[in-house]
Amino acid sequence: MDRFRMIFQYFQSNSESVMNGICGLLALASVKMYTSFDFSCPCLPQYNVAYGLGIMFVPPIILFLCGLILNRQSLVMLEEWRRPAGRRKKDLAVIRYMCSSIVQRAMVAPVVWIIVTLLDGKCLICAFSGSVDPEKFVGFANVSTVLTAQQLLAKVPCKDDELMKNNTSRKAVSRYLRCWSQALGWSILLILIIAAFLARWLRPCFNQATLLQARHWSNYIDIEQKTFEETCCEHSRLFAHKCILHFFESMQQEIKLHSFSLPREGEEAEGDLLRGITDQDQVNKLLTRWYNEKPPLDVS
Amino acid sequence: MDKFRMIFQFFQSNQESFMNGICGIMALASTQMYSAFDFNCPCLPHYNLAYGLGILLVPPFILFLLGFVLNNNISMLAEEWRRPQGQRGKDPSVLRYMFCSMAQRAMIAPAVWVSVTLLDGKCITCAFCTSVPVETLGNASHPRLSQGEIERVLARIPCKEIYSGQQLIANEVAVRYLRCISQALGWCFVLLMTTLAFLVRSLRPCFSQAAFLKSRYWSHYIDIERKLFDETCAEHARSFAKVCIQQFFEGMSTDLVAARCHLPRKASADAGEAAEKLLGITDQSTMNMALKSWHRCKPPLHLHPPALPTGNGWGGERQSPMHPSVPRRETAAYYSWV
Repeated sequence: MDRFRMIFQYFQSNSESVMNGICGLLALASVKMYTSFDFSCPCLPQYNVAYGLGIMFVPPIILFLCGLILNRQSLVMLEEWRRPAGRRKKDLAVIRYMCSSIVQRAMVAPVVWIIVTLLDGKCLICAFSGSVDPEKFVGFANVSTVLTAQQLLAKVPCKDDELMKNNTSRKAVSRYLRCWSQALGWSILLILIIAAFLARWLRPCFNQATLLQARHWSNYIDIEQKTFEETCCEHSRLFAHKCILHFFESMQQEIKLHSFSLPREGEEAEGDLLRGITDQDQVNKLLTRWYNEKPPLDVS
Repeated sequence: MDKFRMIFQFFQSNQESFMNGICGIMALASTQMYSAFDFNCPCLPHYNLAYGLGILLVPPFILFLLGFVLNNNISMLAEEWRRPQGQRGKDPSVLRYMFCSMAQRAMIAPAVWVSVTLLDGKCITCAFCTSVPVETLGNASHPRLSQGEIERVLARIPCKEIYSGQQLIANEVAVRYLRCISQALGWCFVLLMTTLAFLVRSLRPCFSQAAFLKSRYWSHYIDIERKLFDETCAEHARSFAKVCIQQFFEGMSTDLVAARCHLPRKASADAGEAAEKLLGITDQSTMNMALKSWHRCKPPLHLHPPALPTGNGWGGERQSPMHPSVPRRETAAYYSWV
């Protein structure tokens, strides 16, 4: 429990950490989405490729866009990019730094999806079963049934199809494609990890000072924006408080003008809270006035 | 329990986060509802389309309306929209901002329902099974049936147990085809929604940032002002009630004294707070009378200014001479001595 709270507080305290947390959550969500998605290959010649490649590439685009949307820093970066220069110069290095960090984080979930898809193999089997050379496999060479070899190969991903049940050639094609798919998946994973490793190790060799500056100022812009929002909230609270007090005071003055009640001797705590409104009619008048004529937004 | 409380506090601390939390809960509820719903295709030619499309489109509409109902800012928006102008002008951009942010949040649960339905495939399979292209997918050499017959046979595709058209078109082939179309539609829908959300979010800083900051500030202001006004009124009502009740007991006590011609007993200096709190009512019958009077004849909603608590004891002290006599008589007339 304590550990959970500590982790939670750690993530909250630093906005970069929050972004990393969201990134991790999206990656987990991507794996969960893949496992809960019911993949069903159409097993028809033209549709297989579209379906297989669609499932492999469309969800990553969606996850990438989600990664950009959920990242608060992307808004901060866009605002910084589009603001008028005014009295503060714009530093393109900072904007570039923010952009690259946002894009890197947003790329994690799509890459996880693609790698999981390749390691599982179903998408590639569905997409490329029709492109396999039928001569290599005994069951599909010299096919003499009504269906062509192409159509028969297209049915390979469907284990329960009546033509494909207990067909050893189907299993052979399936294993072959899965082998390619997994090899591709592991290769991509290896290349990405090596690239990330090199990028992280070689970065200090190039422009370290510029990088430190860019990182500092991008954090600054983020913190400044958050502080501005908090200050606005605080300000609107005080503004509302003053506005309401003025409204009650003006009602009090009006009541004093119209009634002849003698001034009270000594202010008590309850009297302060009542603010001179001590009657059902007065309260009704106050509420009606509040609805019909809200006070102007001016507390000077 | 502690974890739940912490998550709850995190969401509560920030109003927008709270609304996002409700949004997420509704999206989860939407998926849960779908998985708990027992989909039963009628497998009849014209009913299939109605049922399938109904399940696809009616619950999202309900979830959308629910999203508005559960959002407590809707009453704030309605109030701001309908209030008379008075001394404060109305800014339509603020109203637009509030409506847009509410509508965006309310759209999430319906979008989740439609996506889950399309990705699952049962609805589209049920709705469009009669439109499957039999010529390309099925057996062209099958003896010709009338159009109506074919439709009836195809309508049973979702119901595997009663499907009798295996010669016409294999059940698995048709189901796979329809499901593929449904899932493609589902992914395209999700992509479209995500792209729209991305565009809406990213184009705003490019075009109308200043106006956006203004609208956001004033919509928060309206919300805070409303809450503060409610708090102030609640405080006022509390004080009003306290004074009203004290005056009631005071009135009872002075009436008792007047009726019994008791000499006013001055509360001695060292009688303590307990005696003061008794408000002059010290026996069962008097208390019963006070309660009956409270029920039968509540005091008017009108506080006598000099009768605000002065900190002195009760014990039948006369009212201060400054107190106007008219209200006093009014009060006395309000309850009878039964």
